[in-house]
Amino acid sequence: MILYDYVLSPDCYKVRLLAALTGAKITLRAVDFHPGAEHRKPEFLKINPAGTIPVMEEDGLVLTDSSAILTYVAAKAGPEWLGDDDARMRARVAQWLAFAQRLSASIGKARTHDMLQKPADIDACRAGGIQCLREIEAALVEQDILGARFLAGDRPTLADIACFPHSMLAPDGGISVDAYPAIRLWTRRIRALPGFVEMPGIHRLHDLKPEPAKA
Amino acid sequence: MTSEAIRNEWYPVALASQLGPEGRDTRLLGEPIRVDWAAQGRPRVRAADGREMATRLRYGHIWACPGTPSRELFDIPEADQPGRRLVDVGVVRVKCSPLRAVENFLDIAHFPFVHTDILGAEPHTEVGKYDVAIREEVDEVWATKVHFYQPQAAKSAAGGITTEYMYRVPAPTVSILYKTCPPRPGEWDVITLFVQPLEENLCEVWPWMALFDDETPMTDLIHFQQTIFLQDRSILENQLPRLLPLDPGMEIPTRADLTSVAYRRWLKRRGYTYGAQLVAA
Ligand SMILES: N[C@@H](CCC(=O)N[C@@H](CS)C(=O)NCC(=O)O)C(=O)O
Ligand SMILES: [Fe+2]
Repeated sequence: MILYDYVLSPDCYKVRLLAALTGAKITLRAVDFHPGAEHRKPEFLKINPAGTIPVMEEDGLVLTDSSAILTYVAAKAGPEWLGDDDARMRARVAQWLAFAQRLSASIGKARTHDMLQKPADIDACRAGGIQCLREIEAALVEQDILGARFLAGDRPTLADIACFPHSMLAPDGGISVDAYPAIRLWTRRIRALPGFVEMPGIHRLHDLKPEPAKA
Repeated sequence: MTSEAIRNEWYPVALASQLGPEGRDTRLLGEPIRVDWAAQGRPRVRAADGREMATRLRYGHIWACPGTPSRELFDIPEADQPGRRLVDVGVVRVKCSPLRAVENFLDIAHFPFVHTDILGAEPHTEVGKYDVAIREEVDEVWATKVHFYQPQAAKSAAGGITTEYMYRVPAPTVSILYKTCPPRPGEWDVITLFVQPLEENLCEVWPWMALFDDETPMTDLIHFQQTIFLQDRSILENQLPRLLPLDPGMEIPTRADLTSVAYRRWLKRRGYTYGAQLVAA
């Protein structure tokens, strides 16, 4: 499995995270997203005409959407992540995978705008991002009432992997996460999973370690 | 209007390889500027009233001085040394004081906490004794003989090594570090942070590198440095006070902070206050 990857992309990170959690072997192929805009060049558009990353390639299969890639990696290396316990869980996972596209289009765009100066309607992106975070917060509170600690049930699934990165990286795009206590607890649970890996802006849990000198 | 001490410095305003014919509208010291190409591939930087500023094309970037340059753009001799790969890392915008961005870059003590398992790792958090000086003859801040244990000092490093660093501040918003070069003992890798002050609380940072590394693909070199700098960005955007205090006040310096203390003293004596606060923290 070759992953066309960018270190700062939340959509690429979710694939790296799932691979780490399931032990799937992936080969990274770094794409010069910034500053080189390699994803807009003819060579790359031949692979993914949409000009987005991540892309996954294996034996002639080309996947250009992070939700499809997560599904493929899980099916091969960790089927329990698909969340097939029952009809309701399965449908919830599908719904959150679709929802994750709204996160990319709002928080993801606000972030590349604020950090890397990519064009965006920043007010609309931030408003959309806040709306998404409120929906996740509400869903987590409802799940909690049902005794479930994750988005699709009482164990982590692709639903969580798909929505976790943007939920943590929202401050990079000028969107505060202070108002969402359920999201904060949930992201801590995900960061505590065995095999968890980091990306810039998403640090491992440091509870048992000394305070950073200047945080 | 900012003071002459501030206006007479050189500032990075664009990455040459990314500046297209459409030019770039940006800001410098709180005022709008426009960067583009004049005839014969000569960079041109203009203020809102059309006035042209002194410019230089050096180290992959376009530099501008909004006032009258008090001296020539600083020299990085390694930039012209044959065999080095010159890496344009690209711009990253950070909501922080430009001086905070430089100060953080000078601080080695944050490595194990912010760049865990790359530039530092617990329990190796100790910064040993090192030398700091304001070199009067060149009017620059230098820290030398800085030693630090690093799990992955560079993209080209195979495992943990003790790295030696030198830090240099040749202009108020520029920091250059020299570090042991794993594939080429005796030479130093050069890693810089060129900071463009947009406002006192907002900057665009252009990391740039001149490395000996024939193996690693260019994109991986870029991504390695972007990973490091984006880890810093989350810290920088949350630092308090937002402006850099030039008087030590209540901040008690540790050994690791000696470079920062020298940097602040150097800024203060040259009257460089953009992004700084003069009252104690
Ligand atoms: N539908 C895609 C969206 C991914 C996406 O938006 N990726 C961003 C980077 S994180 C991208 O490639 N943006 C293209 C651009 O900004 O030009 C997926 O989920 O895979
Ligand atoms: Fe750092």
